[in-house]
Amino acid sequence: MQSVVAGDVVVRLEHVRRAFGQVVGLSDLTLEALKGSVTVLLGPNGSGKTTAVRTITGALRPDGGRVEVFGLDPDAEGESVRRRCGVVSAKPALYDRLSGRDNLRYAADLWRLGDDAPVDASAARFGIEDALDLRVGGYSTGMKTRLALARAILHDPDLLLLDEPTSGLDPESSHAVLGLIDEMAADGKTVVMCTHLLLEAEGLADQVVMLQDGRDLISGAPEALVARYWPNPRVMVDAEDRSALDVLATMDGVVAYERNGSAAAVELDDLKRVPDLVARLAADGVRLTRVVPHEPTLEDLYFAVRDRGVE
Amino acid sequence: MSRRSRTWVIARTELRQLRQSPDFWLPMLILAGLFFVVIPTILLFAITHVHNDAVVARVATTLDVLPPRAKAAIHGFSPAGRTSYALAVYLFAPLAVIVPMTISTAVGANALVGEKERGTGEFLAHSPATEREIYLGKLLASLLPGYLTTILGFGIYSLIVNLIVGPQVGGWFFPTSDWWILMFWVVPPFLAITLSVVLRLSARVRSGAAAQQASGLVTLPLIIIAYAQSSGVLLGAGSTAIALGAVAWLAAIWGLMRGAGAVTRARLLGVEGATL
Repeated sequence: MQSVVAGDVVVRLEHVRRAFGQVVGLSDLTLEALKGSVTVLLGPNGSGKTTAVRTITGALRPDGGRVEVFGLDPDAEGESVRRRCGVVSAKPALYDRLSGRDNLRYAADLWRLGDDAPVDASAARFGIEDALDLRVGGYSTGMKTRLALARAILHDPDLLLLDEPTSGLDPESSHAVLGLIDEMAADGKTVVMCTHLLLEAEGLADQVVMLQDGRDLISGAPEALVARYWPNPRVMVDAEDRSALDVLATMDGVVAYERNGSAAAVELDDLKRVPDLVARLAADGVRLTRVVPHEPTLEDLYFAVRDRGVE
Repeated sequence: MSRRSRTWVIARTELRQLRQSPDFWLPMLILAGLFFVVIPTILLFAITHVHNDAVVARVATTLDVLPPRAKAAIHGFSPAGRTSYALAVYLFAPLAVIVPMTISTAVGANALVGEKERGTGEFLAHSPATEREIYLGKLLASLLPGYLTTILGFGIYSLIVNLIVGPQVGGWFFPTSDWWILMFWVVPPFLAITLSVVLRLSARVRSGAAAQQASGLVTLPLIIIAYAQSSGVLLGAGSTAIALGAVAWLAAIWGLMRGAGAVTRARLLGVEGATL
């Protein structure tokens, strides 16, 4: 994973709005994606993630606000913007009656790559080179996604936009997608990925933007966001007799204590307190079965933002 | 690579998909075969080879309704020669219009809404192709199958007519100059007018079925007009045909320019309201 460093802003959306008749796609979205970073748009279905991607490439014109990609307005200079973008949409958007090779060739011609387009190399990168001459209609879901990925990187895009790329995929294909994101970021490319699967964003994101009802609720580096919601370190503690753990609530350094029938969640002012707590419990005759530091996941963050609101 | 070639890339891909769908092109081929080969062959063969002079003479008499210019063309032939010549040159002419319009309408109706239905519109919408390139690509892909089938059918029809009717009228005579004008000056603009309407519909509706139905309703009057006009071209003077073609070309250019505006990325994505 590459950390976010101050660099060129590749994607900038400022207070972007887009409605479809009575339905609001984006109500007020602001985000920035830096060069070489992975930005994950998190949110439930209908939160505006797909509309955001479509607005970034200029496929959709915003009703209001400002969009800038590579310093260009995608609405006015769409061709220049889209030439540098690779998009993998939620559905692979492939031509079923054509072969995999024809699908890639079509993209190569639209992007004006000429006869030297790396069709075979792109397919090989995702392990579908053997199926390249078969009709896409006979492909499995995983193969289609792999082909869509091969098509998206055929022209070596500077910005890769992935809309729910692992939806419905087997673990191997999901791994290929996540591997691609890692590789692209390592190559200095910018990646914007939409997902509602929090686990797949874990460990990938340099920046998380949480969307709800077409607006950004909260955004930032995952670690910073976690620190905002959980400023103190947490430890999960379990024992043979769980009621005996309640003594933790009165100990020095314990900021918060919670036990809801299962293991106890203990919030401390400093993680260095853990040995003292363990020693004290052991001295009191409490037979501990588990003591583990708990690092909140994006899933925890997602629900915390939803339940506690923006902090 | 020039901008024109991106248009051609879109058209070529569309045509490649059509070629992969025999369930689509086979009925079209049968239609063209019926109109250009089977029906003319049977009728012309019957007239020139059935030795029932009374029937042929009666049919020949009805040719008195033809305008003087047409009557002059068949003057001096035998009743069988007059009848078969009139059928070949004047009465089958509208077929040259119906076949391309039917085929091209069927292709064009699905051209844009098909992208929307299959989800491939998303790919095109994110591609560097401009809306105009997409429109022209789809237009070309709709126009070529109908027009090329017609040209091919026209060639075969010419051969049949010359082989069957030629001996009756003193040798090979077809195509006549009016037919050349019809095929290369009058039919193309009528086809373009029809496609400008059909592609607009295809961009706006939500399903292929709706596009087919709407296209059928809209193009029927156009086919009738084209049918009538093509008859007139062959029955009237050559200058009339050229003038008619010129007017049709102007209408076609206007229609195509208006039609180009119907293709938007939002419509390819299927997120813009369905309106006619």
